[in-house]
Amino acid sequence: MPFSISLTVNGQPNSIALDDPRVTLLDLLRERLHLTGTKKGCDRGQCGACTVLLDGRRINACLTLAASLDGSTVTTIEGLADGAELHAVQAAFIACDGLQCGYCTPGQIMSAVGLLSEGHAGDDPERVRELMSGNICRCGAYQGITQAVLEAGHVLSQKTGVPDTGVQENGRNAA
Amino acid sequence: MSPEKQPATSRYGSNAGQPLTRRDGILKVTGRATYAADNHPEGLLYAVMAVSRIARGRVRSMNVDAAKAHSGVVEVLTPANRPPLFHDPHEKMPPFGFRVEVLQDDSVRYGNQPIALVIAETLEAATEGAALLDPQYDTEPARVGREAGIRFDPPAVSIGGPPKTAHGDVEAGFSNAAITVEAEVETPPQYHNAMEPHAVVAEWDGNRVVLDMPNQALALSCASYAAFFGIPVDNVTIRSPFLGGGFGSKAILNGPQILAILAARMLNRPVKLALTRAQMYGPVGHRGQTWQKIRIGMESDGTLTALHHRSLSATSAFDDFLEPAANASLPLYASPAILVEHEGIRLDTGTPGPMRAPGEASGSAALEVAIDEAAQACGMDPLAFRLKNYAETEPATGKPFSSKALRTCYEEGATRFGWSRRPRAAGQMRDENGLLVGWGMGTAVFGCPHFPAEARATLRADGTALVETGAADMGQGAWTALAQIAAEALGLDPDQVEFHSGLSTLPDAGIAGGSGHTASAGLALNQAGGDAIAQLSDLAVNDPASRLFGAGNIGLTARNGRLYRRDDESRSESYAEILARSGRSDVVGTAKSNRDPTVATDHALYSHGAVFAEVKIDPDLGQIRTTRLVGAFAAGRIINPRLVQSQYFGGMIWGISFALHEEAITDKRTGRIMNADLAEYHVPVNADVPPLEAILVPEDDAIVNPIGVKGVGEIGITGTVGAIANAVWHATGSRIRKFPIRIEDVLSAR
Repeated sequence: MPFSISLTVNGQPNSIALDDPRVTLLDLLRERLHLTGTKKGCDRGQCGACTVLLDGRRINACLTLAASLDGSTVTTIEGLADGAELHAVQAAFIACDGLQCGYCTPGQIMSAVGLLSEGHAGDDPERVRELMSGNICRCGAYQGITQAVLEAGHVLSQKTGVPDTGVQENGRNAA
Repeated sequence: MSPEKQPATSRYGSNAGQPLTRRDGILKVTGRATYAADNHPEGLLYAVMAVSRIARGRVRSMNVDAAKAHSGVVEVLTPANRPPLFHDPHEKMPPFGFRVEVLQDDSVRYGNQPIALVIAETLEAATEGAALLDPQYDTEPARVGREAGIRFDPPAVSIGGPPKTAHGDVEAGFSNAAITVEAEVETPPQYHNAMEPHAVVAEWDGNRVVLDMPNQALALSCASYAAFFGIPVDNVTIRSPFLGGGFGSKAILNGPQILAILAARMLNRPVKLALTRAQMYGPVGHRGQTWQKIRIGMESDGTLTALHHRSLSATSAFDDFLEPAANASLPLYASPAILVEHEGIRLDTGTPGPMRAPGEASGSAALEVAIDEAAQACGMDPLAFRLKNYAETEPATGKPFSSKALRTCYEEGATRFGWSRRPRAAGQMRDENGLLVGWGMGTAVFGCPHFPAEARATLRADGTALVETGAADMGQGAWTALAQIAAEALGLDPDQVEFHSGLSTLPDAGIAGGSGHTASAGLALNQAGGDAIAQLSDLAVNDPASRLFGAGNIGLTARNGRLYRRDDESRSESYAEILARSGRSDVVGTAKSNRDPTVATDHALYSHGAVFAEVKIDPDLGQIRTTRLVGAFAAGRIINPRLVQSQYFGGMIWGISFALHEEAITDKRTGRIMNADLAEYHVPVNADVPPLEAILVPEDDAIVNPIGVKGVGEIGITGTVGAIANAVWHATGSRIRKFPIRIEDVLSAR
């Protein structure tokens, strides 16, 4: 029986008709909204490629049923840049070569944005490595990823005094 | 920074050699890089594969009616209704063809073999439909492990390689040896596990088909698909702009993709199939298990007298890819006698295939452990031992190396690591927390294959260029490095070069594998660019109105979008001026390139390196951490040091993974892999990886190919595995010869 949910995706409010209660947030984004930046690596919450921000918190989109998200706000990789301006984390990933094949990259970046906004990492590489360990990179770009998270954290905290990632707890873009 | 324009790093001199950031960086960090499964053509259907839950036997029945009755399910493909193919799936298609499982019968030959394909209007319906099939089996006992397998003498290893190579008289060498050591080393089945599961979106238009799929060998794959579907090769188009990792698994044609393409033709609608993570442990290749024996004979001063390396390499019950592990002993250490031999063993497993450093990784792991044991046996420092047996020519053939800066790699790596402070004996070091500390090393080596490749370079009226070749970027940075090579050949800035790639209708860039892609496609680009510049030069020197008129014998140089007289640089013209005056809208340079075959017959062609590892081990818990890893590599001319460093890091992390993490574990009762997922099949996560250093040792090679480029993608694994295993010995005094080295191995060896 079709039903609808209201879901704000990257700042855009949507009323989404769901014909199937089995649809995960990941498959909703990829196969129905065609927001394919969020990747499916395992569909079991084991690799982190599908990491998005749900109401500002990092989640695995593959483990989340879309039907349970009525009234929620989702930020995906497509919603991170401010128009033509890359988010500091995105820019740092390029500068530090924190990517190779690029498939895990959207998930890595969303995790990084999440952990920086939570203020967990500080400037300690060991903590960054630990906190980024829910995101597997098979190419082995970890050194660049760690460096990128540290550099982006530095850039963000210089801007505002705190590492404001532009995504607040309610998930709305601060800009 | 604008997503549309990414400033290149400041650079000096030529375009090649500069650490530019990735040209595809913006696309990849914004989620706009499209991978195969990101495509949604109009009218798309979703396919989900059902796979066998037994490893040997036959499918007795499936509840196709239940699946078909499920809302949204359109069709169920089984051996009963699978349309015919035009190529026998049991016939291997040369040169890289493997036997494939495409529902040709009801037999099951390994766990996770495709047994049906369910096609539905939604992914959810197809998934449920596949679950409803509830297959029943006639099960036969699975052949798992060395004791149960069927041994055979293989006619070839890897792709057509000789199973046995002999140089000198090894028995005489062992008779003359003062000291002999033997090591038996076991390596497990490993699965590529690219982050992007194998996927295809197939759309037919009459007897033409367009395939979105990650692919490391576009032209070869087009020919294979054309044969399977009985259509001309030009009717197959493959779009593969980005691969979410390949590691060898996306160069080989597999059954699942063929089934999805077949379903699309049968139903006359586009079909998308993406394998589940679990389904990647079966039909899409893996690194086969090996059991290796190495025997090393030497004089009392450590000089090698004989080296004998045997590998028992596992393959499937029905096909023949064998890990050429023993060949790792051919190119590295000087010995008057070397014998390498392979034996095959058939197990009920999917067919193995090439996986990042196929043969080299497993073989190097064993060899470097054995060499360490040999050094220990004659009381020598492992580095001194390796230098004692340094090969000035290729040991097995006597050929000169085209270049070999391995000595510098040893020196620079050792200095950076602090190797000279290493105590000779094991179990001597502890850190401030009481952890056991060990230091180990290994030598890295990897060959330089070269594939035929083609390219086209078009100089346009505005002075910019369009460069085209069907190369594959699977993370190594082909978009960037190849564009740099093209820009250099054209005398342009990379920002002035529009680079088209990843499409089978473009000139064939050969295979992205064997660490040979940059050299192979790069040579084609270099020559196509040269051809375009030569044509442009002809226009200028033959044009009386040109400032370069008559300079044909003097010659011109191309730089910064201008041609200059070689003898008088005050006389020059821009490309745009020359084209405008000649009334041409462009000049098109083309190239079909290959390496002169005599280069490889007359020379030994290898990249080299040295890897130094530190591990720390908890003496009570046995937990092993790699805490430091320094690699120094010499690989000819480096096109982009930033990306090459990332390739070395990636390889070294694969080395950590091989040494300490990865292993597919097969249930002996069922033949099924018990850890076919990313939670239990361990690959390193960020916290498993210590700070890494990769030193890029300069190396000029005027012989290996005209652009002097060697490979960097796979060498990082070799050397690293052995370095870590040897560091574990140095920390504990225990030689653990079975990979991956586990906590229980360390604890039980005490």
